[in-house]
Amino acid sequence: MSDQPTTPAEALLAADAAAGPLLETTTGPHLWERAFTTRRMMIDVLIGLLPVTAAAVWFFRAAAVCQIVTCVVAALAAEYVFTFARRKPFSLLDGSGLITGLILAFSLPPGLPPYMSAIGAIVAVALGKMIFGGLGYNIFNPAMVGRAFLMACFTAEMTTWAAPVGATTGATPLAAGGASLLKLFEGNVAGSLGETSAAMIILGGLWLLLRKAGDWRLTAGMLIGVALVAPVDHWARESGHSLTVLQHLLSGAVLLGAFFIVTDPVSSPLTKPGRWIFGLGVGMLTVVIRIFGNNPEGVMFAVLVMNAMTPLLNRWTQPRPVGGHAKKE
Amino acid sequence: MSLADLLVRFSDRKTFARGIHPPGNKALSAGGAIEVLPTPANVVIPLHQHTGTPCEAAVKPRAALNIGDVVGRSKAAVSADVHASIAGSASAVTAVTLPNGRRSLAVPIKAGAPKAEPGAEPAPAPLEGRALFDDLFGGDWSLPATPPEPAAILEAIKSAGLVGQGGAAFPTHIKLTPNPAKPVSAVLLNGCECEPFLTADHRLMIEAPEPIAAGLRLAMRACGASRGVIAIEDNKPDAVDAMRRAAAACPDIDVAVCQTKYPMGGERQLIVAVLGKEVPTGGLPLDVGVVVVNVATSAAIARAVLRGRPLTHRVVTVTGRGIVRPANVLAPIGVAISELLKHCGGLTTDARRVVAGGPMMGFTLADVEAPVTKGTSGITVLTAAEVESAEQTTCVRCGRCVDACPLHLVPTKIAQASKFGDWELARRYDIMACCECGCCAYVCPARVPLAQHIRAGKARIMRDARRK
Ligand code: SF4
Ligand code: SF4
Repeated sequence: MSDQPTTPAEALLAADAAAGPLLETTTGPHLWERAFTTRRMMIDVLIGLLPVTAAAVWFFRAAAVCQIVTCVVAALAAEYVFTFARRKPFSLLDGSGLITGLILAFSLPPGLPPYMSAIGAIVAVALGKMIFGGLGYNIFNPAMVGRAFLMACFTAEMTTWAAPVGATTGATPLAAGGASLLKLFEGNVAGSLGETSAAMIILGGLWLLLRKAGDWRLTAGMLIGVALVAPVDHWARESGHSLTVLQHLLSGAVLLGAFFIVTDPVSSPLTKPGRWIFGLGVGMLTVVIRIFGNNPEGVMFAVLVMNAMTPLLNRWTQPRPVGGHAKKE
Repeated sequence: MSLADLLVRFSDRKTFARGIHPPGNKALSAGGAIEVLPTPANVVIPLHQHTGTPCEAAVKPRAALNIGDVVGRSKAAVSADVHASIAGSASAVTAVTLPNGRRSLAVPIKAGAPKAEPGAEPAPAPLEGRALFDDLFGGDWSLPATPPEPAAILEAIKSAGLVGQGGAAFPTHIKLTPNPAKPVSAVLLNGCECEPFLTADHRLMIEAPEPIAAGLRLAMRACGASRGVIAIEDNKPDAVDAMRRAAAACPDIDVAVCQTKYPMGGERQLIVAVLGKEVPTGGLPLDVGVVVVNVATSAAIARAVLRGRPLTHRVVTVTGRGIVRPANVLAPIGVAISELLKHCGGLTTDARRVVAGGPMMGFTLADVEAPVTKGTSGITVLTAAEVESAEQTTCVRCGRCVDACPLHLVPTKIAQASKFGDWELARRYDIMACCECGCCAYVCPARVPLAQHIRAGKARIMRDARRK
């Protein structure tokens, strides 16, 4: 019906045949918010992780490179094998395997034997994600599943933290009763690979939040949760072992967790109130585990516990429809 | 919450919680005056243009018809008569596919000389162009000193075959019939036109505000409402001015300026925004004492009551990047959509979808010969680049659909339940409350076809309910 007789009829017909039917039929909506896709979210997380990666390599040199490469390669390989076995198209670019590998690498102590890192990455992808049906179906944060597995199998290795190149102490500040705030901020302290530099985590994390690749409510909830319970430490533990609120916030996996782990959309609640509760829950549990558990770090368990709570949180915080729930017939 | 939403909190603009802000694309067609389609050689008047029982043909083949003659009527309570939109002669009843994909019987009319009464002078030639527009919308629209009684108003509306012209096409006389158990306190005139691209109501408010205001007063009188509100989004300041002026003399009518947000024009959202009332799920606006009428319908009410004229023409926005010359066109009901496309320069080479209505809730046309109906508010032609979809992934549970749903549902859960046939779960999440606005699918980063799944689930549940 378009009257544009400029091209010869044959050419038009041939072009039409090649292009398939001229008009598509489908139902609405016919437009989408083009700028925002799953892929863009993943890429923004990866960009946000860049400063953390840089800090890890800066402080731990070859050990960092080795650990990151091991985790990422193992995670991607596991993802490939599982998608192949389930005859699903493999998409490296969906980025989630990459993110799982990176987060796991950052949450492990530097210098962990590579075969252990690799086992952790494989377990993260296999048990954390793939047995649930792949991205979007998993209940738990895959990287935390991998870490929990390593923690159970190789407890000793998992709780020895190498010092950054050039620094001196060997115990994590959490175990040693705290490090100076400036050092925590710069990252020149012993700790897991990606947990050391608060400044770099915040830098990358703000990018992630500003790009809406993660919900700020989760981050804010977790930090507030930590800050709410941290003062208890003052009475709970003798001085020398207790940490101040700021030390709690800046040390260990709290910042990495607040910006990059709890913000994983898949394993956090759907609703805004649900996300507040989730974040607060992780933050508060983290400090409780730190103080009363015989484990210096609580973020991982706190995240896993709240992951398990997520389906319940979704149900409890189901919004009330405008006009109320439909009456039962 | 976006910055725009925050700013609204500090202004007196009306709004509702959640919803989305798609690009309006209104400039394509908002600038030019309404054009009048030359009288076509043929129209096909569908007998089922409304929600309710289809009409039966009331004319014999080869019967001579004038504009406005009844060609189909029904005795059923919920129905609306259809009328000839051009003068000429009827042909045998055929079947057509309507823009919404439904099949309907229809009476074709071939244009010809108007029917001449024996002994009377030959009828004048049909009006064209500006004269036709002025005949429909021009002149004096002030109410007579003793306005018609409610019953007379309703009778005039019924015999004019009026239906909601915003898209739902529900017979207007039924909406306005007073129900002693549920008194109406306010009539809300819907001039939001929140669908992207569409500008027909916008232009009508600028070019014909008087009949719209008159129609509101008549509607208020018919259903016994003491208050009338004309709701217009703040992206149409010229329409706000025009309607304010047209209603200046009526102390019981206000103009409410609403935030530009989709789906502001949805009945439930509009009632929350303007009147602060929630229509109960499964109920009707009448349950909270409100009747919502579209602005084009309002002009048709005035024409029916004050001039005794049936619904024969409507303004249709023909727009989109896939059309050569977007415009708002006054067209007779029943004209083929292809005629409108031709009038607007035809499709561009990259046109991909021809949508009846706007891009959010419209239906794609498989056949551009489908006729314009009383509920056809626009034709939006989208290009290949616009409709090309990003790769679909599984739901990543980001919750953006939850934050967008104007009815505060959990779209991802409903879509999943509906996809897997878990009707129990779907109902627990109030699937039937969904208004199919498409906000959820619009924002989904995984491109999950949420609205499609939910729509299919609703259709399935309704079918099962009917079978029982
Ligand atoms: S917006 Fe899409 S990806 Fe996000 S929760 Fe809803 S369905 Fe899932
Ligand atoms: S289509 Fe239904 S579920 Fe989706 S946003 Fe609109 S009302 Fe909510």
